Amino acid sequence: MQLYLPIAEVSVNAFLILGLGGIVGFLSGMFGVGGGFLITPLLFFIGVPPAVAVATGANQVVASSVSGVLAQLRRKGVDFTMGWVLLVGGIVGSGIGVWVFRLMTRAGQVDLFVQLSYVIFLGLIGAMMFQESLRSLLRARKPGAPVRRANVQSSLQRLHFKMKFRASGLYISVIPPLLIGAAVGFLAAIMGVGGGFIMVPAMIYLLGMPTKVVIGTSLFQIIFVTAFTTVMHAVTSQTVDMLLALVLILGGVVGAQIGARVGVKLKAEQLRILLSLLVLAVSIRIAVDLLVKPSELYSVAGALP
Amino acid sequence: MIRLVLLLLVLAVPAAAQEQIVAGLSQNRVSITADFEGSEILIYGAVKRDTPPPAGQGPLEVIVTVQGPSSPVTVRRKDRVAGIWLNNAQVRVDSAPSFYAVATTGPLTHILSDTENLRHGITIERVIRAVGITDEADQAGDFLVGLQRVRTQEGRYRVLQGKVELTEETLFRTDIELPANLTEGEYKVRLFLLRDKRVIAHQERVIGVRKEGLERWIFNLAQEEPLLYGLLSLVLAAVSGWGASAAFRLVRA
Repeated sequence: MQLYLPIAEVSVNAFLILGLGGIVGFLSGMFGVGGGFLITPLLFFIGVPPAVAVATGANQVVASSVSGVLAQLRRKGVDFTMGWVLLVGGIVGSGIGVWVFRLMTRAGQVDLFVQLSYVIFLGLIGAMMFQESLRSLLRARKPGAPVRRANVQSSLQRLHFKMKFRASGLYISVIPPLLIGAAVGFLAAIMGVGGGFIMVPAMIYLLGMPTKVVIGTSLFQIIFVTAFTTVMHAVTSQTVDMLLALVLILGGVVGAQIGARVGVKLKAEQLRILLSLLVLAVSIRIAVDLLVKPSELYSVAGALP
Repeated sequence: MIRLVLLLLVLAVPAAAQEQIVAGLSQNRVSITADFEGSEILIYGAVKRDTPPPAGQGPLEVIVTVQGPSSPVTVRRKDRVAGIWLNNAQVRVDSAPSFYAVATTGPLTHILSDTENLRHGITIERVIRAVGITDEADQAGDFLVGLQRVRTQEGRYRVLQGKVELTEETLFRTDIELPANLTEGEYKVRLFLLRDKRVIAHQERVIGVRKEGLERWIFNLAQEEPLLYGLLSLVLAAVSGWGASAAFRLVRA
């Protein structure tokens, strides 16, 4: 069944979109990330214009994050104080991101800019996560091996503006969470992602938050950042396609339920290794596109009336 | 003097209007709804004559063009810079149609002269307007070829040589397929009669293509009330997310 998308102005197969939403929902339900880093490039591949894919991807992440937070809320897995601090940073970062996005669109380099961000950030995070989870998996096999810990946290203690984060059991400066929030908000705006794949490791390794509250808190602030991004894109460039988002979301919520059930059966390290491999695969796929000579060198932009 | 002019007019008018087009379209509006899968338009007609077909002239040929709304476009070329393929050069084209199809009774080079093509703007090269692009990039012409190639691949530009059926030099018909990725606007249909590579009669019709129903509503809202539209998208997402969570709990309980 073909579906004509009113904003993207392309005709797509509705079942293909439903399936894409389903697969991404499955993965996000399994790993506890928004899944935006997958949906946006997948939309590029099926011919949705990049600007629409980014804006609509953000809208889809809102839905999956709301669903995720509600589930975490029942497990008391949300640190609201930390969430609000991250959010303040996130809104600032997102505003800058939307502005940079518009600047790049005008310069004609938005595709490259988005693709490079994907390669760099996904590659970096994927590699770090893969290395870390592989190490902990090996450690689990070999009990008694020394545990290595980064000493970032001790240097964080020296910063001012300290605040109490009860649910996380932390007493740290608000500067690092603000900066992390801003960085993630910026990425959300230019990549159409919630930034969960950056936020989660940053909270664990940089802020030292307990794993129990990490996913819920990350999702909590992602809702607001992606919501803000969606509205900003809708207002500045009219690139949110409601119909596309609706079909993606329908597929996504069903997939997320199945994914969450499968996820329960896997070990945390196994999950992290799989997620890191997935992130790396997406990053490599996009890198190949940049490095291999494209079959069509010319592209036509803009303003179909 | 006046008599001479009158005489010339009397002589000239029948000669020019000796063969005329009577044309029809299977539809003069196309609605883009959510399940729009493209549309096929039948363009048909007859040649009206007061006198028998002129002797000693070449056979009658017919060209039909369908042109979608035009807009300025930017054509970019990727080059390898520091190992990465990126948009390196660009050319602004003043006006290029979003859709263009040319259907003919025979090969264009055989039935149409360059001068007539230039005068009436029949082939796609003559329809795309690009003034002063040579200053913008080297080999600016390649950008126009690139533009045509990209849009041909997207099914937006089509050359359908020999796809107009002409019976007894009188009745003609052709089907033009409009793709699913259609842009809104006025689609101009032009019909040309030719003999000896020269246009002897032409006519113009218009097909209106409009988004309808849900498509119209969503598009208008996004354009006219962007803030409301953005907020509505959020409500939609939040309600779906909440609904999924609630349904999930029900299934589990």
